[in-house]
Amino acid sequence: MIEHYLGLFIKAVFIENLALAFFLGMCTFLAVSKNAESAVGLGIAVVAVMTITIPVNNVIYTHILKKGALAWAGLPDADLTFIGLITYIAVIAAMVQILEMFLDKYLPVLHSTLGIFLPLITVNCAILGGSLFMVERNYTFPESVVYGFGAGTGWALAVIALAGIREKMKYSDVPKGLRGMGITFIVAGLMAIAFMLFSGIQL
Amino acid sequence: MGKYYKALTEPLFEKNPIAVQILGICSALAVTTRMDTALVMSLAVIAVMSLSSLSVSMIRKGMPGTIRIIVEMTIIASLVIIVDQFLKAYLYETSKQLSIFVGLIITNCIVMGRTEVFALKNPPGISFVDGIGNGLGYSILLVAVAFFRELLGSGKLMGITMLKLQSEGGWYLPNGLFLLAPSGFILVGLFIWVLRTWKPQLREEE
Repeated sequence: MIEHYLGLFIKAVFIENLALAFFLGMCTFLAVSKNAESAVGLGIAVVAVMTITIPVNNVIYTHILKKGALAWAGLPDADLTFIGLITYIAVIAAMVQILEMFLDKYLPVLHSTLGIFLPLITVNCAILGGSLFMVERNYTFPESVVYGFGAGTGWALAVIALAGIREKMKYSDVPKGLRGMGITFIVAGLMAIAFMLFSGIQL
Repeated sequence: MGKYYKALTEPLFEKNPIAVQILGICSALAVTTRMDTALVMSLAVIAVMSLSSLSVSMIRKGMPGTIRIIVEMTIIASLVIIVDQFLKAYLYETSKQLSIFVGLIITNCIVMGRTEVFALKNPPGISFVDGIGNGLGYSILLVAVAFFRELLGSGKLMGITMLKLQSEGGWYLPNGLFLLAPSGFILVGLFIWVLRTWKPQLREEE
């Protein structure tokens, strides 16, 4: 049992890394990786939001949206999967808002560190993508908790690594037309090649 | 008409959403292993962008600023659901290949970005044109990347063999790397390089 969850976690972090294997959350990934410090802040925020929203969306999906899930309310034929998208994004937006208010009240230090990153996360497709993958793969509730935490960790790892490389790259002589975004794309591509090595691991 | 022409053509290269504004990258990289998926995705994005810009622009005067993000999200999400259901009904195979990426148009930052930056401040007509223009700019890059990835990765275009593979008795040995994730990044990086060499005013100094 433990092995199953551990395997799922390792798979979510390395083999199916949301940033480098599925290209999710690229806008923030490229925009906020200029220095390592803000990348760490963003990384922590993503881990927190994903660990909360994916299980919440899992509960909503299995108990309300799935075909036949409304049997407890006397509606055994109802199939609400088509409003899934709008529900997940609403849950994410609401959770981000609640998390922000909670941090502001009880953990003001962390709140000021995360600052602008929290609202940005609502439009980060890695978060919505995580929920959609959870639905596509039919995870159970405990699996969705592990998957949410793992996927968030994987994304955070990738953004921190890229920020580290970009900080070093300030001292490199990059061709004029490639400076800035061009070279960042190529670096991310090389990182993705490195992450592909994990894909041979059997779990 | 000059204003409309500009709104339509400027996003094609000078303000290309992917290569210059760096928005909406996720889907651009993930759906470009084949030309046909890239084309379907482009059409979906053009439809969602033009219609969401139009709708947001029409209600922009009656919408309180504090709840605008939620309103925009709801409009975009509803349009994406329509597109998603349409694809499932008429193009089932392609919609399977696009998997979650149709749904991810909701969080595609170009759609959100254009409604925020442009549609909130301009009348409906030109917002609609701006949506189409940005959608087309997105499509150009998407189709160009898909062209190279499909041609070099599997020797085909739109599923039709262009370069006969060695395994089928031809001469071309496909480069499998082009079908995998990293090549998407590197190709977009090279496209940005080409674009910035062609139009040096777009270069950024770091």
